[in-house]
Amino acid sequence: MQSGLVIVQLLNGIQLGVLLFLVAAGLTLVFGVMDFVNLAHGSLYMVGAFICASLTLSLGSFPLAVLLSLPATFAVGLAVEVVFIRHLYHRSHLDQVLATFGLILVFDTLVQIVWGPAGITYPLPNYLNGRVDLLVAEFPLYRLLIIGAGLVVAFGLYLVIGATRAGMLIRAGASNRVMAGALGVDIRALFRYMFAAGAMLAGFGGMMIAPLTEASIGMGNDILLTAFVVIIIGGIGSVRGAFVASLIVGLIDTMGRAFLDDALKLVISNQAAETSAPAVSAMLVYILMAAILYFRPQGLFPLRGR
Amino acid sequence: MDFRGIGAVKTSANRRVMIASIAALIVAPLVIEWLDEPFYLDLVTRIVILSIAAVSLNLILGYGGMISFGHAAYIGIGAYCVGIPAYYAEYGAFTHLSLTILTCTAFAFVTGFVCLRTRGVYFIMITLAFAQMVFFAMVSIEEYGGDDGLVIDLRSEFPAWLDFESPMQLYYACVGVLVLSLWVVHRLVNSRFGMVIRGSAGNDARMQSLGFPTFRYRLLCYVVAGVMCGVAGWLLGNFTNFISPEMMNWTRSGELLFMVVLGGAGSLFGPVLGAAAFILIEELLSGLTVYWQLYFGLFLIAVVLFGKGGLDGLVSRLSRRDPVA
Repeated sequence: MQSGLVIVQLLNGIQLGVLLFLVAAGLTLVFGVMDFVNLAHGSLYMVGAFICASLTLSLGSFPLAVLLSLPATFAVGLAVEVVFIRHLYHRSHLDQVLATFGLILVFDTLVQIVWGPAGITYPLPNYLNGRVDLLVAEFPLYRLLIIGAGLVVAFGLYLVIGATRAGMLIRAGASNRVMAGALGVDIRALFRYMFAAGAMLAGFGGMMIAPLTEASIGMGNDILLTAFVVIIIGGIGSVRGAFVASLIVGLIDTMGRAFLDDALKLVISNQAAETSAPAVSAMLVYILMAAILYFRPQGLFPLRGR
Repeated sequence: MDFRGIGAVKTSANRRVMIASIAALIVAPLVIEWLDEPFYLDLVTRIVILSIAAVSLNLILGYGGMISFGHAAYIGIGAYCVGIPAYYAEYGAFTHLSLTILTCTAFAFVTGFVCLRTRGVYFIMITLAFAQMVFFAMVSIEEYGGDDGLVIDLRSEFPAWLDFESPMQLYYACVGVLVLSLWVVHRLVNSRFGMVIRGSAGNDARMQSLGFPTFRYRLLCYVVAGVMCGVAGWLLGNFTNFISPEMMNWTRSGELLFMVVLGGAGSLFGPVLGAAAFILIEELLSGLTVYWQLYFGLFLIAVVLFGKGGLDGLVSRLSRRDPVA
């Protein structure tokens, strides 16, 4: 039983990690290549979830809704880039932080105007609702599907960045923007499509998680902050770092919440353990980040040439 | 951010605005009493308290170039230093205040030690992360109300000469602390210590090669700003009679940053103007429409894109003797 619980929690941790990766990947790419801090990245996660919710409810098919929501969030990302973001590339990080902070307010209110203040829930189709027998424990099929989808995206990103022409341009832009521009790369267009692709990935994360929770206002801001921790730990700009750090953060957070009180009971009294465990487990991820940054101020996988 | 304006001679217009504003703050309660609108006293008190927080953030942001996205944590810590002792029926003002100062010093010292090893966007995010750490810690401690917060039944108790239960006396105490903070920042920034801090914001490597151990200076500056903001939190806890983790939510830190930038980072009095403008605009918009945050967000973006030097810079430009423009 105990080993079954551990495995279930491990899988939950990986699922959270994969979700974090979907958000963190776009964030870290946008920062690494464009030197742009985007607080509003979480809003695109939220928008993805809401668009998918509407489409699922009106079309009656979740997979079809996801398929249509992807280009929709891509388009939203593109529009945001053209209207707001591109005016901010040459500005200081402080300006970028403040302007995208304003953008969060705009997004949250717009979603409230369009979809109303309450969250939207939508059901999964029956064939995704089952549980899978893992010998020692059962695990929801849909959560496994999220893990699978996340791993496919990670592998796809790895291929795109490492082995395609677009990926080569992204790497060139990351290591030296001016030089890449001088060699004839259309940096502006590259930025635009990369930003939109990052938005789409975050939106995909939102779409995948919303059937389990709900599409709600502010859902993006919660995950955004954890995604920031992820990209700090992984090294800003590094997709590989984001992947490793996502899994670390997801696992530590989940395992901490599940088992910390039992672990603490071995060292301190039962009562003290039960009162302190929730606080400590909420802080675990940040303590980890502080420790890593103390020894490696640039994160685990710093970008070279910076 | 543009640090070239730092240390530039400000016009006498800025000084006049400062003196006039402080005079206005001093007579404000009398006018409010005459108008018989006690709500306005609450509004002004809130402006003064958040001004103190903005002034403290300006010390590290405007002069030190340290963009802290977690400054609201100190407000929260200060407020909980009122709330938690009050929960155990300990109401002494000096207990609360010394607890605030000690806790903020400790927190700023430890986190500053890690944060200041990083630069640029890492600094922004790691200060944010530490603030979130405190936030989530307070959310998960059920004993002190968790998410729902804690009601403070009695405000900090002073010996006979001051009574926080009187809104008027609390207000004047806040104004006193604000003036004190402005004085401290003014003296600090124009001292040798301040020169090192400003020099380090401009070019840290050069300051180090000149032989200044800038890390220590920056850390001390970071701690001073943290404690100052903690005192603002102590006042806020007393003022609202209620504390919750919401007070140190990351959006609060963002709002503080915006107040500083709106008023003019790196100008002594700018953050006070920024805080006042921020709170008044928020109050005005939220009275007009339910969806005020939409317009407020657009306003933030517009200020960043088109505003230069904040309100304080505007004063300089309007006086037409601006040496920086």
